[in-house]
Amino acid sequence: MNNAAQANVIDFTPEKIRKDLLLPVFHTSRRYYALVIALVAIGLPGMFVYLYQMSEGMGVAGITRPVFWGFYITNFVFWIGISHAGTLISAILRLVNATWRRPVTRCAEAITVFALAIGAQYPIIHLGRAWLFFWLIPYPSERGIWPNFRSPLVWDFFAITTYLTGSMAFLLLPIIPDWAMVRDRATGVRKRIYTVLALGWRGTPREWHRLEVAMRIMAVTILPVAISVHTIVSWDFAMAPVPMWHSTVFGPYFVAGAIFSGIAALIIVMALVRKALHLEEYLKPLHFDNLGKLLLVMSLLWIYFIIAERLTVWYGNEPAEMAAFWSIQRGRFAVLFWTMVCCNFLIPFPILAIKKLRTIAGTVIASSTVVVGMWLERFLIVVPPLEHKYLPYDWGHYSPTWVEITITVGTCMGMILLYVLFAKFVPIISIWELKGPQHAKPIAVTANATLSPAAIRLDNTLPSTNS
Amino acid sequence: MAHKWGMVIDLDRCTGCEACVAACHAENNIATVNADQAAKGRTMHWIHVERYWEGEFPNIRARFQPVLCQQCDAAPCEPVCPTYASYHNPEGLNAQVYNRCIGTRYCANACPYSVRYFNWFNPAWDKPLHLQLNPDVSVREVGVMEKCTFCNQRILAAEIKAKAENRELQDDEVKPACVQSCPPTAMVFGDLNDPNSQVSRMSGSVRATTLLEEVGTLPKVTYLGRESSHGNE
Repeated sequence: MNNAAQANVIDFTPEKIRKDLLLPVFHTSRRYYALVIALVAIGLPGMFVYLYQMSEGMGVAGITRPVFWGFYITNFVFWIGISHAGTLISAILRLVNATWRRPVTRCAEAITVFALAIGAQYPIIHLGRAWLFFWLIPYPSERGIWPNFRSPLVWDFFAITTYLTGSMAFLLLPIIPDWAMVRDRATGVRKRIYTVLALGWRGTPREWHRLEVAMRIMAVTILPVAISVHTIVSWDFAMAPVPMWHSTVFGPYFVAGAIFSGIAALIIVMALVRKALHLEEYLKPLHFDNLGKLLLVMSLLWIYFIIAERLTVWYGNEPAEMAAFWSIQRGRFAVLFWTMVCCNFLIPFPILAIKKLRTIAGTVIASSTVVVGMWLERFLIVVPPLEHKYLPYDWGHYSPTWVEITITVGTCMGMILLYVLFAKFVPIISIWELKGPQHAKPIAVTANATLSPAAIRLDNTLPSTNS
Repeated sequence: MAHKWGMVIDLDRCTGCEACVAACHAENNIATVNADQAAKGRTMHWIHVERYWEGEFPNIRARFQPVLCQQCDAAPCEPVCPTYASYHNPEGLNAQVYNRCIGTRYCANACPYSVRYFNWFNPAWDKPLHLQLNPDVSVREVGVMEKCTFCNQRILAAEIKAKAENRELQDDEVKPACVQSCPPTAMVFGDLNDPNSQVSRMSGSVRATTLLEEVGTLPKVTYLGRESSHGNE
C-alpha cells in the first residue's frame, strides 16, 4: 500500500496538469494527420465492400447453410465484450472510491462508447435486408405489428441501446468541466465549438454538486445494465436449441469473458495513449500493475468457466453435443482452441502472476494475447456448434471470404479512428478529477465543508479565466 | 373446427426418386443455384431426400428419407424471429411472411432440421425454368428466409373452393406438390383434426416416429419406420 500511495501521487501544479493534458487538444502534429489518413485509407475499403455486399446479397460472404452466423456475429460479441472495459471498470472504481482510478476512467469509458458503436453495427451488417433494420424498433408502423418481444434479438436491441445511451452519459458528464476549461482558453472557431460543448458550464458549487450526484447515480445504475447486456448477448445463443449453445452457463461465462477482454483492451489503449501523448507521468506503472492484477483474476475466472462448460458437456455425452465438442477439442478447430487456451491462460497467467513480469510491457503483452484469444473464443462459440447440428446431413463448413475480412478490418480501423479523434477533441485524462485531491485538504478545513466536492472545486475552475 | 395439416411419410415406400424435389421446385418458384453455390451448401431444396447406407459391403442397401419442414407445433424458429416473419398460422403451419423478414437468419440456426433456406442472392432460374413460374406463389427477394409451406397456396385454393360450394373439404382434396408427384405414394397429406382422415389413421401406426423427437419440437410430419429394418435382407 505504501508503494501504491507513493506511485499514485501526481503532485504537479494545476498549471502543469492543465498544460500537459490540454496539449493534444491545442496542438496537432503532422504525425497525427498521417495516422488519421492511414486509418481512413485502411478502413474505407470496408465500407465499400459493405455496400457491395448489400447490393449483391449476403452470398458474397462465406456464411452458408447450416452456418448462418459467422464472422459478423463473432465480431459483434467481441466488440460488445470489449465495451465492458470502460463503464463497468470505471463504475466499480468510482463506487469503491479507488483514487488511483483518476487517470484511467475516461480512457476506459471512451472504449465502451466506441466499441459499442462499432459492435452495434454488426447485427445490421449481417442482416439480409439491412435497410429494414428499424423493424426491430417498436414504433407504431403502417404494418400494424410490434417487434416480437420473445426474440432475444429484440432484447439485444433494447440492451444495447440502453447501454449505449447510459455509457455515453457516463462518459460525457465528467467531460463537461474539461470542455469548459478548453473553451476558456481557446479562440476563434474552436472557442465557438467548445462553448456549445461545455453546455454553459460555469463551475458554480451547485453545478459541481449536481455533477457529483449525477455521476454517483450513473455509476450505480450502469453496473446492472452492463451485466445484463452481455448476458442478453449470450442468450442469443443460449435460447436456441443448438447443441453446445443451449447452456445455462452462458450468461455468467459471457460476462466474465467480456470483462476479461475489456480490461485487456483498456491496458493496450492506455499504453498506446501513454506513448503517443507522452503521459508517462500520469499513467504510471502502478496503473498497469493494478489492472494487471484484475486481468489475472479474470484469466483465472475464464479458465474456470471454460472447464465448467466443457466438463459438463463431456460428462453429459449427448451425441449431438459431442460432435461439436470433439470438432473443437481435437478436430477441425483444435488448433484454434489450443491457441485460445494459450492466449487466454497459459501465456498471460505467468506474466501476470509473477510480480517482476507484471510491468507495463508485460501487461501489454498479456493483454494482446488475451484480445486475440477472446476473439477466438467467440468464434469457437458461434461457428463449430452450427457446423454440427443434430442431423449429420446438415453438417457443413464455414470459412470467411475476403468480404468478411475486409469489413472486419474496416471496423477495427473505424474503432481506432474514433478513439484517435476523441483523444484530439477531449483531454483523454480527466483534468478536474486529477486536480481535485490536491486542493481538497486546505479548502475542506477552512470552509468546514468536510469533503464536499462542490466547495473543493469552486477554486479549480477559477484559474481558467485568468490565464 | 380448424384444420391441422399434417403429413405421413412411409419410409418403406420411398424409392428416393426425388420427384418430390422437382415438383416442389416447380410449384413454389424455388430458385436454382449454380454448381459453385451448391458446393458451398446453398442449394434451396425445400424438400430433399437423405440417403443412408445400411449393412456391410456387399450386403449393402440404400435407404431414403425425404426431409422437409416438419411444421412443428413447438417450433424453435418462431419465438426467435424479431419481426414475426416466422409465425404460427391459425391452421398450425409454420408460416414464413417473406415481406416481414429482415434476414437475421436466427430461425435457420434455431431449426434443428436445418430446413430453412436463405436467399443469398436475388433468385435466378436455369433457362427455360424462368418461363414457368407459378403465379400463385410469390418470388422471394435477396436477403429473406424461405421454407416449405405445405403448399399453402393449394390449401387456400381448396378451402376457398369448398366454401364457395358451401361444403366441407374432402380428405384427399388438398395435395401438396410433393405428395401429388410421389410415384409410390409414400407421402400422405391431410387434416390431423379429422380422426377419419388417412393421415390421422396412419400417424397412429405402431411404426410412427417423428424426427428428433427428443428435441421436443412436436412435428406434424410423421415418418413410418421401415418394417424390414431389423431383418437382414
